[in-house]
Amino acid sequence: MVDIRICHPTLEDTVPSVLDERITLKYGAGGPAMRTLIQQVFVEGMAAPHDGDIGLAAMDDGAALRIGDKWLVMTTDSHVIHPVFFPGGDIGRLAVSGTVNDLAMMGATDVLGLTCAVIIEEGFPRADLVRIQQSIRESCAEAGAVIVTGDTKVMGKGELDGIVLNTTGIAITARVVTDSGLRVGDRLIVTGTIGDHGMAVMAKRHGLALDGNLCSDVAPLNGLMRAVLDRVPGAIVAMKDPTRGGLASALHEMAAKSRVGIVLDEMALPVTPQVRAAAELVGIDPVNVANEGKAVLGVRPDAANAVLNALREHPLGRNAAIVGQCTDERIGAVILDTGFGRRLVIEPEGELLPRIC
Amino acid sequence: MCLGVPGRVVEVNGLLAIVDFWGVRKEIRLEVVDEPVQPGDYILNHVGYAIRRIPTGEVDATLALYEELLAHSEREDDLMAADITSEIQGAGDERKP
Amino acid sequence: MNASHEGFAQLKFRDPVRARGLSETLARVAQEIGRNPVSIMHVCGSHEQAIARFGLRATLPRNLNVIMGPGCPVCITDVPEVDEGVALARQGVRIATYGDMVRVPGTVMSLADAQAEGARVDVVYSVAQAVELARQSPEPIVFFATGFETTAVATAAAVLADPPSNFFVLSAHKYIPPVMEIVAEMPNTRVEGFLAAGHAATITGWGVFEPFVARQKLPVVVAGFEPLDILAGLVKLVELIRDRAVSVENMYPRCVTKEGNLRAQEQLWRVFRPIGGRWRGIAHVPNGNLRLRDEYAQLDARKQFEVDVTGLWDYAPPALVHECICGDIMAGIKSPTDCALFGKECVPHSPVGACMVSSEGTCKIWHQYGGHPDLSSHSGGYGAVCTR
Repeated sequence: MVDIRICHPTLEDTVPSVLDERITLKYGAGGPAMRTLIQQVFVEGMAAPHDGDIGLAAMDDGAALRIGDKWLVMTTDSHVIHPVFFPGGDIGRLAVSGTVNDLAMMGATDVLGLTCAVIIEEGFPRADLVRIQQSIRESCAEAGAVIVTGDTKVMGKGELDGIVLNTTGIAITARVVTDSGLRVGDRLIVTGTIGDHGMAVMAKRHGLALDGNLCSDVAPLNGLMRAVLDRVPGAIVAMKDPTRGGLASALHEMAAKSRVGIVLDEMALPVTPQVRAAAELVGIDPVNVANEGKAVLGVRPDAANAVLNALREHPLGRNAAIVGQCTDERIGAVILDTGFGRRLVIEPEGELLPRIC
Repeated sequence: MCLGVPGRVVEVNGLLAIVDFWGVRKEIRLEVVDEPVQPGDYILNHVGYAIRRIPTGEVDATLALYEELLAHSEREDDLMAADITSEIQGAGDERKP
Repeated sequence: MNASHEGFAQLKFRDPVRARGLSETLARVAQEIGRNPVSIMHVCGSHEQAIARFGLRATLPRNLNVIMGPGCPVCITDVPEVDEGVALARQGVRIATYGDMVRVPGTVMSLADAQAEGARVDVVYSVAQAVELARQSPEPIVFFATGFETTAVATAAAVLADPPSNFFVLSAHKYIPPVMEIVAEMPNTRVEGFLAAGHAATITGWGVFEPFVARQKLPVVVAGFEPLDILAGLVKLVELIRDRAVSVENMYPRCVTKEGNLRAQEQLWRVFRPIGGRWRGIAHVPNGNLRLRDEYAQLDARKQFEVDVTGLWDYAPPALVHECICGDIMAGIKSPTDCALFGKECVPHSPVGACMVSSEGTCKIWHQYGGHPDLSSHSGGYGAVCTR
């Protein structure tokens, strides 16, 4: 009475082919729906970049355009986070860090310049704007980056929710690291604890009233990455920052693009007790939760310890850990070894919501 | 349909308790808990309400129950089960709170 | 840094060593029964969640079929009930509800879809938060109350705690014990035993299962939700099946007693009365739905608002809903792969039935795991093995 069928999850299975008539919130959540939207609406039909350049179709953290023997790396982000001020940071710090980190994830750690465009809702308090600007300045100083140009717009009350920031960053680098360079046997390293940002924001947004120092990890990572890329050149073959969709989404993309399978060791994942507790309370898995001050690195196996040590010497990398490795089984899938058994890690679809069930 | 999480009561103010879950504190309501609670007690939390005061002896009692299951199914010729049981007995003491 | 090996006593129930021992015992006892498969059913979404989350399916013995019955409160909330919430939201009423419910499709749309069109839907972690929203707002707040008896207890407590007059409840709460009878009596059922939900039993007590066991001659084991709790519960259940023992066993004594939480029960039944109603896909469940008693009419959303669901029918309802077999799946008689829509028109990012929406819906889990994936490390297997 047992019906047996073999199902191979393929890469095609992970890309949904149907788009809704109307854009709903899940299309901004960083998961499969968003990638389909980008693929079908934005990438399709757009001319390809020049030979050798990394452009839109690669859907990497940024674009890399050849200039002589170097690369010009560009990235852009819009920031719509609410609440605007959250434990550990604000939209200003998020904007600067997000863009600096996208550049760093392409291997470009020396930022040439940033732009910052703001769209402000009528009635937004000037004091808040000043506070955000202060935060932007501080984050720029930390990253060694400068805002060189910007734009300012105001929209009527109700036409926009508070404030939207857009930042674009450019950098020049001799080395580019994509998110698709993983090979079988490579190790996966996270630079620190996971789930901090998303849980802090969720707790605030849904009024979970959790008292426990849940704090966003938002920070620019270019200093950390520069130190490691310089110290152990060639060891890091793929990088991504696990923002929306968490480690799960980042690893899925890397696995699919690199055409490998990934096995994660749940017991090795660095998670703070507060994040673990909060996640338990609301039924969320930390691997699905956004990070804004962390990176996941694919590292050649013989260099893993050297990279780990280099990371741990830096204040932002103290809790770095080797959390998994690449296999040739189940290409494109991410398996979690729970310590009790194994399961497939599923990409979250849409915004993470607290669960009671 | 029962996301129930255990926590330790830190403070009680009438029908509200501050409960500690692995270092995160949350205010939990006591309208439906079965026994009166005081600081130091463990409760089971479901959607912000304590639904059970977990008696302190129960954790050890439950573990004993599980070990009985293991011991029960042991056969004399089953070395694997014997290995596991002694592994558990060896490890058990480390985990006492 | 990893909290798994610190913290307090509860974490003992995640000990991998004991878990391995229990898994081996489970395999051995299942083998002793000799039949293939041995089918047991659990009726709790959180059990399925826990089994999936801890990767336990990869360690279950091949001849043990652990079926997820109609235990996901989101899955079994019937379409008209979802429509009531959606209609109210579209009428401009502010809705507060648990996150689990927000994406469940009604006839035409879910609360999330209504929100995309401008309706106001607040996700809350607790009914107490919804009450607080009402206190801070001049406008009506309707709490769309979903969940089984464990959750209904919280709603009852909130109702009895003198909420503000702009706080209303739209009750879609459900009561589990009656549906076990229905499943046990279904003609095609091969279920030989039930794993009962530990937290619902914390409220109701395990005594409620005694009449069921006597009538149906099927064993029931009450189990908790940590990996050891689930494995131990399964071991006990297969032992009872092996020994043809017809009884209720409580494997969650730290939370469950025979009579349960009397204080919670008293409040639950003071505020709610059970009525028969449809569960999504399972015709009629006598006493399966919980509604506010007449004494609380003043905060019953169904009585205080004109809920106009006909407005939803201006859209052509998708025909797909008629082909959805979620009911049979939740009753354990069909599997997702028997459904014509599964994996095609009905997929996690565009679900037709609730089984595909809810994080513990059978179809969602099957689709994302490719059936019950054979992930055991010694299998060397490629691809998933879908077994039923």
